[in-house]
Amino acid sequence: MKRRDLIKNITLTSVGLATAQVLPAQTENIAAGKPKKQKSNYGRTPDEVKRDEKLISETFFTPGEMAVITKLCDIILPAEGTSPSAVQVGVPAFIEFIAKDMPYQQVPLRGGIMWLENYSRKLFGKSFVAITPANQMTIVDAIAYPELATPAVSAGVAFFNLMRDLTLTGFYTTEAGFEDLGYVGNRPNNWEGPPAEVLKKFNF
Amino acid sequence: MTFQIKETPEIFDVVIVGSGAGGGMAAYTLTKAGAKVCLLEAGSYYDPADPQYITQMKNPWESPRRGASSTRPFGDFDAAYGGWQIDGEPYSAVKGTEFHWFRSRMLGGRTNHWGRISLRFGPNDFKRGSLTGIGDDWPIGYDDLKPFYDKTDKLIGIFGSVENMFNEPDGIFLPPPPMRLHEHFIKKAGTNLKIPVIPSRLSILTRPINNERGSCFYCSQCSRGCNKYADFSSSSVLVIPAMKTGNLTLINHAMVREVLTDQATGLATGVSYVDTKTMAEVSVRAKRVVLGASACESARLLLNSKSARFPQGLANTSGVIGKYLNDSTGASRSGFVPSLMNRDRYNEDGVGGSHIYSPWWLDNNKLDFARGYHIEYGGGMGMPGYGFGMGMHNNNGKYPYPNGEKLPAGGYGSRLREDVNRFYGAHIGMAGRGEPIPLETNYCEIDPGKVDKFGIPTLRFHYKWSDQEIMQAKHMQDTFEEMIIEMGGIPLGNKPGPETNYGLEAPGKIIHEVGTVRMGDNPNRSALNKYQQAHDVKNLFVVDAGPFVSQGDKNVTWTILASAMRTSEYIIDQVKANKI
Repeated sequence: MKRRDLIKNITLTSVGLATAQVLPAQTENIAAGKPKKQKSNYGRTPDEVKRDEKLISETFFTPGEMAVITKLCDIILPAEGTSPSAVQVGVPAFIEFIAKDMPYQQVPLRGGIMWLENYSRKLFGKSFVAITPANQMTIVDAIAYPELATPAVSAGVAFFNLMRDLTLTGFYTTEAGFEDLGYVGNRPNNWEGPPAEVLKKFNF
Repeated sequence: MTFQIKETPEIFDVVIVGSGAGGGMAAYTLTKAGAKVCLLEAGSYYDPADPQYITQMKNPWESPRRGASSTRPFGDFDAAYGGWQIDGEPYSAVKGTEFHWFRSRMLGGRTNHWGRISLRFGPNDFKRGSLTGIGDDWPIGYDDLKPFYDKTDKLIGIFGSVENMFNEPDGIFLPPPPMRLHEHFIKKAGTNLKIPVIPSRLSILTRPINNERGSCFYCSQCSRGCNKYADFSSSSVLVIPAMKTGNLTLINHAMVREVLTDQATGLATGVSYVDTKTMAEVSVRAKRVVLGASACESARLLLNSKSARFPQGLANTSGVIGKYLNDSTGASRSGFVPSLMNRDRYNEDGVGGSHIYSPWWLDNNKLDFARGYHIEYGGGMGMPGYGFGMGMHNNNGKYPYPNGEKLPAGGYGSRLREDVNRFYGAHIGMAGRGEPIPLETNYCEIDPGKVDKFGIPTLRFHYKWSDQEIMQAKHMQDTFEEMIIEMGGIPLGNKPGPETNYGLEAPGKIIHEVGTVRMGDNPNRSALNKYQQAHDVKNLFVVDAGPFVSQGDKNVTWTILASAMRTSEYIIDQVKANKI
């Protein structure tokens, strides 16, 4: 399938997976951590089904927190060419689920958001999502480069690293992520070794 | 809750506890021979071809956690239920010692989890005591098991290559799959360093072997269970075919409490179990009892089967049950290979697991540790799952982009897409799996006063690595680093040193534990004879890895299968001779 066709064809097929075609209202729904409910179809035990249903029915992040997460996801992986953005494929909802599924992530995520909001108010007097894009980038540039950042913002660096990790994992585990990566497996085939030209390139 | 004890009306020829490799093979062999067998499994039913259980070929986005390990220790898509911790089924360890006990409560047990690595023990592996002065010999040798390894190869199917290495006996092999690109790199590095790198030996059907099972379609997902039955798991290859004989009564959700005995004759008369759905107590009567519950679970069961006649537990006159518990050593390291950056894309899934491995290649007489290890390799352009792309800030500042430009580590935006794409498939991993020294001081025992939710007394472990295993792990780390550098790679993270026992995994983490119901010729020092038959109770047998005197550096499943088949055939012969 061509990348363009893929983008056209992706629908809200599963938890957290939205697309470039998703309407703004649906995107908001996903961003607010309310993915479309789907019946489990991948070999769950009854206990696992129960656990997931419970997690999905709960809400962890406040709307304000989700707005920060969504903005950061958008900065970390914006749309490019025909490939959708992290927000368009539902990464914020994925992060909401992960926070509920892995309680050890809750304090670093919520605390990281609090740190960011506090830093934003100190520098620019407002919430991170309310300041100008230029000011947002001033803050992001201060915390996005671990080796250049000052020790004073190390908490922000750790939070941004976590957000980068979750955004990349959230994006590349979607159909659009597979497409961006060029992953062509997970389908029946007959393995006969790497293509001859690949082996030739490395003199094997 | 009922306190009435139910009894099954039928007296079975054999009752088997546990449906994994050992129990499954016993059920298969005995039912095929016409025996009426009752198979008890503590967990649920499972069939990798039944859509309600299938995780194979699912995409990561079908899991809201993208396959992360929140409920299953090897991730959402791994076939195995259970893990190192199970609600209501605790265990403990003596202070200052450690053991992690992995259990799969489901049909097929831990054959739903394993890597399909199917290595025969070699002639030396049965004679470590006499060859090295450390440890003990087995009461049998390679020649005793060879016919059963051969039959197991033919029955179940295995790929590999004939290498004619003395202590890595060849089997009856299907063709191995060609190497992946990074495996060519590893093979070349091994050749340069004189470390053998040969095709893996995995129980995966690269060619069809019968009409009941399909052949591999190279999805790389054996750990998810195969809906075409193209790899080995006990459910699909042994138990389901055994059910088709009409001779097998399978009871799921049956947590066995004890082996029942006749106090006059001292013979086993069956087992009692807890129906985990209703909590009712049920007893099953049988003329012979076969335990395949796993090394530690079978030991626990025997220790819990105390009676006036058997006050130390059943088959335990020697007092050896629970002792000599040993798990494989394990240590690993990963590396990044810059020349594998910016790879051409193609489907590189291959079979489930590495297509190559390194069998032990050195002489321990010239080393400061007594036993060897083999190396398993990882890498390639696998399917993204939870964790993919994480830690990018540790790598993306180190390597220039095609235009020669370097950017500071971390960042955001379109460079991250490029980073993910250029690094994809450039990471490799190495894991050593080595032979430990079985020690009497490493054991499991009944934990005084503790019970699980079924009221069955639980296990307490006492396990410490000795210097032998620690020095072996040190050698593994040196080898891994040499190999990674020889490939033109960069070893990642700090090299594990003495502060972590050189990265040696905690006991139980490799899930190869054996040795708790030892076999031997001397009834004062062993629980079972050379046919895995209890010295004290002639109609009681153990067919998991409990009987094993040692484990070589060979993953033990293939030897469990061959030994269980040998014991089952012995049972058939003994019944025909009217001896049991």
